[in-house]
Amino acid sequence: MQEKPKTLFDKVWNAHVVEQLTDGTCILYIDRHLVHEVTSPQAFEGLRAAGRSVRRPDATIAVVDHNIPTSDRSLPIIEPESLLQVETLERNVAEFGVPYFPVRDIRQGIVHIIGPEQGLSLPGATIVCGDSHTATHGALSALAFGIGTSEVEHVLATQTLLQKPAKNMLVRVDGKLAPGCSAKDIVLAIIGRIGTAGGTGHVIEFAGEAIRALDMAGRMTVCNMAIEGGARAGMIAPDETTFAYVNGRPFAPQGEAFDAAVAYWKTLPSDSGAIYDITVVLDAATIVPQVTWGTNPEAVADITGLVPDPAAEPDEAKRAQMQRMLSYMGLTPGQKLTDIAIDVVFIGSCTNGRIEDIRAAAAVARGRKVAPGVRALVVPGSGTVKQQAEAEGLDLVLREAGFEWREAGCSMCLGMNPDKLTAGQRCASTSNRNFEGRQGPGGRTHLLSPAMAAAAAVTGRLTDVRELV
Amino acid sequence: MQPFTKLTGVAASLPLANVDTDKIIPARFLKTIKRTGLGKNLFDTLRYDETGAERPEFVLNQPAYRNAEILIAHENFGCGSSREHAPWALLDFGIRCVIAPDFADIFHANCFKNGILPVRLPRGICDQLMEDSKMGGNSRVSVDLERQVVVRPSGEEIPFQIDPFRRELLLGGLDDIDQTLQHAPAIDSYEARGKAERAWMPSITV
Repeated sequence: MQEKPKTLFDKVWNAHVVEQLTDGTCILYIDRHLVHEVTSPQAFEGLRAAGRSVRRPDATIAVVDHNIPTSDRSLPIIEPESLLQVETLERNVAEFGVPYFPVRDIRQGIVHIIGPEQGLSLPGATIVCGDSHTATHGALSALAFGIGTSEVEHVLATQTLLQKPAKNMLVRVDGKLAPGCSAKDIVLAIIGRIGTAGGTGHVIEFAGEAIRALDMAGRMTVCNMAIEGGARAGMIAPDETTFAYVNGRPFAPQGEAFDAAVAYWKTLPSDSGAIYDITVVLDAATIVPQVTWGTNPEAVADITGLVPDPAAEPDEAKRAQMQRMLSYMGLTPGQKLTDIAIDVVFIGSCTNGRIEDIRAAAAVARGRKVAPGVRALVVPGSGTVKQQAEAEGLDLVLREAGFEWREAGCSMCLGMNPDKLTAGQRCASTSNRNFEGRQGPGGRTHLLSPAMAAAAAVTGRLTDVRELV
Repeated sequence: MQPFTKLTGVAASLPLANVDTDKIIPARFLKTIKRTGLGKNLFDTLRYDETGAERPEFVLNQPAYRNAEILIAHENFGCGSSREHAPWALLDFGIRCVIAPDFADIFHANCFKNGILPVRLPRGICDQLMEDSKMGGNSRVSVDLERQVVVRPSGEEIPFQIDPFRRELLLGGLDDIDQTLQHAPAIDSYEARGKAERAWMPSITV
């Protein structure tokens, strides 16, 4: 009898099942555990209380990202609670022998930027982190997902998780993306289509010509936001783009080990005839630059469009939600999106803090000036990204245009460090969430691509970047 | 972890869909190294105005619901981040059961680790329970995990489904790690096997 065709997810899952328990719950082996300062203190405390150790320090890497200021690194952290979390992580990694990139290490950065960058995230691996944007690493054909702190403790103690297999969802983006559009526009369009809960209980495999054509940075942007569509993880099949990206990275296998790995990785793409529980198809040619207008990522529209009118929404609950969103966002139904003036621009985050993103922003900023009254921040995703951008002179281009050039960290994505919005401020942001108060209490977020963010910075309003290039 | 067997208490309704984890507990309150003490900032922006004063219209600020132990909400409750601070904040406030049409995956998993029971019931039933909850302190709802039923104030029983493994852990107040460590020999042999099969996966040393 022929074996049932398997998806990429099925293959990676099956290769990591240690044991299947009675009701289908599996003990799933974890290859890589990424640890940061916010969601780990209670986990280490739990280990200590139970007298347990870290089972595989050599499969674990720790870094600080959420709390740290992105200003001068030679200065101490002023906020006492942030400092306490950073110091607690440093004490824990020392006590439990966990590898760690310290704040002043060039390799320090946002956990989801440094994993792929350092070759820690590998195809076919299971990767977890106490952070929902762990989905990012699925761009490398890893099964990567966010977990809570109790699960962080579980992985530290056992190197496994208790999990039931997810369902399979295929999102296929056919055709070619038009100039001026990017991976961010693809994923925002996908979320606009499936909704914030469209992927609940599923792992999304992103496929199709437009996904294949993306570089690894773009693929990471797409997988990063799988969670914003409710999915547990996003994955993209490995190909030559993947192998070329991994080859030569510091923590990746080298030489013969790399060749052996590639031979295995080539067996991972979904079999033809594999069955998906849900399939969604988009045509890349119809995608135009996207921008969110509401307070969840599915509230997204074409930049050429208008702020929607709740009166046109037949469902009462949805209408009420739209009204609430527009009121929070300070927008009027029917207003042109390109008429919305902004106060702040944030370019960075695990969604768009890679060198390719900074290049895209700099290309728009070159020879232009940030509009009067607008504060524009560019925050590289890691020390390595920052170094590379400076080697290319991108920092100068951006500084000359009036952008702030900062140190690596999560920065204004989530308002846990000094970079945050004040009440009523409106931000064009390359981050991943536009929830109420996400970038600071009362702050208003419009999600968009790095090129679109740079365009907004120089015009002072939401702008169709295609008019500037 | 405190076992969850049967809970009878006041139910409060939050008739909102997509209640995200930033709404449950904003990021600025995650700078703690403890699991406790987050209850005062549960639903912070819904609960308090800019000056820090309570918003009287918010359900958990109303006298009848200050001691609510059950929360009823709409679709996709707990979407967004993986922060376990969200269930910690609910628990610290005193909420041990959330009833909604569906939940975001990570939040759903996090509840079980903390003795909170998330119950999935169809939207129509959630709306009925919200209607019941208008009786305030008289709206005492029972959630019986052993029998897998929610009992309305009228006495009507509504059955619910739950994953058997998670139910068992919750009923016994059992620690996941203890459960998994009973299978330590299987993990040992998986690792031994993996050493040969995945020799290409390097160890991390910095």
